Amino acid sequence: MPYAGTDFYNLDAALSAEQRQARDTVRAFVDDRVLPVIEDAWLEGRFPSELVPLLGTLGVFGANLPEEYGCAGMDNVAYGLIMQELERGDSGLRSFASVQGALVMYPIFAFGSEEQRKRWLPALAKGEKIGCFGLTEPDFGSNPAGMLTRARRHGDGWLLSGSKMWITNGSRADVAVVWAKVDDGDADSIRGFLVERGWPGFSARDQKGKHSLRASDTSELAFSDVELPAQSVLPKSGGLKSPLMCLTQARYGIAWGAIGAAMACFEQALEYSKTRVMFDVPIGAKQIQQEHLAEMLTEITKAQLLAYQLGRLKDAGTMKPAQVSLAKRNNVDMACNVARAARRMLGANGILAEYVPMRHMANLESVYTYEGTHDVHALILGQALTGMSAF
Amino acid sequence: MKIVVTVKLVPDPNAEKKIDAGSKRLVRTGIETVLNPYDEYAIEGALKIKESLGGDTTVTIFSMAPAASKEVLRKALAMGADDAVLLTDPALEGSDVRGTAYAMAQGIKQTGFDLVICGGLADDGSTGGVPGALAEYLGVPGFTNCRQVEVAGGTLKVQRETDSGYQVVSGPLPALVSVTMAIGEPRYASLKGIMGAKKKSIATLALAALSVDGAVGGDGAKTEVRAVAAPPVREKARVVEAPDGAAGARAIFDLLKEKKLV
Ligand SMILES: Cc1cc2nc3c(=O)[nH]c(=O)nc-3n(C[C@H](O)[C@H](O)[C@H](O)COP(=O)(O)OP(=O)(O)OC[C@H]3O[C@@H](n4cnc5c(N)ncnc54)[C@H](O)[C@@H]3O)c2cc1C
Ligand SMILES: Cc1cc2nc3c(=O)[nH]c(=O)nc-3n(C[C@H](O)[C@H](O)[C@H](O)COP(=O)(O)OP(=O)(O)OC[C@H]3O[C@@H](n4cnc5c(N)ncnc54)[C@H](O)[C@@H]3O)c2cc1C
Repeated sequence: MPYAGTDFYNLDAALSAEQRQARDTVRAFVDDRVLPVIEDAWLEGRFPSELVPLLGTLGVFGANLPEEYGCAGMDNVAYGLIMQELERGDSGLRSFASVQGALVMYPIFAFGSEEQRKRWLPALAKGEKIGCFGLTEPDFGSNPAGMLTRARRHGDGWLLSGSKMWITNGSRADVAVVWAKVDDGDADSIRGFLVERGWPGFSARDQKGKHSLRASDTSELAFSDVELPAQSVLPKSGGLKSPLMCLTQARYGIAWGAIGAAMACFEQALEYSKTRVMFDVPIGAKQIQQEHLAEMLTEITKAQLLAYQLGRLKDAGTMKPAQVSLAKRNNVDMACNVARAARRMLGANGILAEYVPMRHMANLESVYTYEGTHDVHALILGQALTGMSAF
Repeated sequence: MKIVVTVKLVPDPNAEKKIDAGSKRLVRTGIETVLNPYDEYAIEGALKIKESLGGDTTVTIFSMAPAASKEVLRKALAMGADDAVLLTDPALEGSDVRGTAYAMAQGIKQTGFDLVICGGLADDGSTGGVPGALAEYLGVPGFTNCRQVEVAGGTLKVQRETDSGYQVVSGPLPALVSVTMAIGEPRYASLKGIMGAKKKSIATLALAALSVDGAVGGDGAKTEVRAVAAPPVREKARVVEAPDGAAGARAIFDLLKEKKLV
């Protein structure tokens, strides 16, 4: 029986035919190709890279970017539904797609030259090339404005020095979008550079020992006087605003993605509650478990409505970053809570990799932290409300 | 070359179904209509031929179905077919295999074809009778149960699945083939394909536009459903328990022998 999704408020009826088809095609892909391999990949701490070309053929990467660059040109609700389905598989897979599409293809599209767009976007869309996004540094996470990475003028080009940490896809990337301050300026001097694998002085090393996002590569990047040609800068990037614009794109997808992880956990818990017999009846016949299920369904449904309206605002071109903060913050926190409640409902079985909740629960701790922590989004909302920064 | 793929629109195979006692027909209300799953293999087969031949080869989807299900055909276009034709007319309701094949043949002749590719079986009617009858009404050779289809230099070469292996058969075009699932897993509709399908044409064809002799639909049916019954409830599976693999194999073998299956 194919997966039918959690849709208590019949949101399906509000979707266009393309939106539904986009979701269904990725849904089928996740059922057929991701779910059978993800448990082992996660336990082995291995990113299932064999899925990348297939996802490229499907057109998942940068699906909301224009057709002229080899992308599908879908609307943002469809894009969100795609992220939801990927994360129903695993947050690591969705992270890969978010980085590739929202953090690498988007800045090349938004800040790149026509030449950079033509060179990179079609190859990234097909998954022939892989990208990463380097903003965070060992000592500058929530506060990227303080970054130490520098690009100093050097002939026509630049000399890049510094390091980045916690970079998804870092060791696998053919191209890194690296954010650096130019010539020791302030945060306004931050610019984006396309740094290619193999350039002398650029190295990447995987971070080991993760309890979360185990089916995803997270790496450290080091730059020791890497010579960057003049055309490696993203010409229209300028100031901290540029990477923040990328983060808005990625956070939008995360707000949807988290729902997918929550749906996977909720449905497994629901199924389990109907079949696990304790004290002679299924545990789902007990009021306490029913309340847990009601709570999970309620929170998932609220998150779906939030994401859907956010998508409509994005499609209308009126979405504000603070609205994305609210959705990322709420939906990821919701998914963390649903995953944990589902894990508990499964009793001892809930700690096994054979069941999905604990994998999602562990993954979602990264999602809670990256792309602006839960706290940081509260500060963004607080500032939007009061006009006073509490950072 | 012009390839026509016949695609039946059927009620969701995963939905629970009921037969209306009065009309002895399937109750379709409230059940989603989807592409007949076997026909997705026919589409895959056609797209493979199109890819291998390149040039001006086109794939047209042909379906006989109620007008309301027209948009369901978009999925076939999203998979990569070029356009679609929907033969639809209230008078076609109640057609049996003969009537279905006859009306479809008139429509496909009008559409034009070098090769017609059918699925092996409709998920709802499940007679498997349409492809053979359709070849007859089109007046072209029919190759059923094909697991591989090749077109080269205006001739067709197929591998037909049989109970014990396969036959290699060739013949001239135009022709009709029906395919098995061994033709290859149907591809996913890509996101670009979904967007592109919005711009592709789904033409509708009514009976009045065709040269049709005699009665069609329920009035023209040569068969009649006399009674409908649920299949017998299956016996509970028997679990063979044994101390080791060899003993287990022995026990299963004895069981099969007892049932005269080996
Ligand atoms: C698996 C994974 C993948 C990642 N991938 C990428 C990537 O691809 N590219 C990239 O650039 N980065 C990536 N990151 C980094 C991520 O964005 C940062 O970890 C995040 O921004 C938080 O930074 P930090 O870890 O330094 O935490 P810190 O900023 O040190 O925060 C520590 C704690 O303090 C809180 N805090 C911080 N500031 C304040 C404040 N002003 N007031 C109150 N509380 C505060 C935080 O909420 C948090 O609880 C990834 C992280 C992980 C875990
Ligand atoms: C519940 C039920 C009640 C029925 N009642 C009657 C009745 O009262 N009187 C009567 O005469 N018949 C009746 N039928 C038969 C019905 O009309 C057949 O379903 C129809 O003739 C097609 O045959 P099939 O579904 O067995 O197709 P098959 O022969 O199994 O289909 C094989 C292939 O032919 C092609 N194909 C078949 N139909 C179409 C189509 N419409 N459009 C495009 N391609 C197609 C597809 O490629 C398909 O894979 C009934 C069927 C059912 C399920």
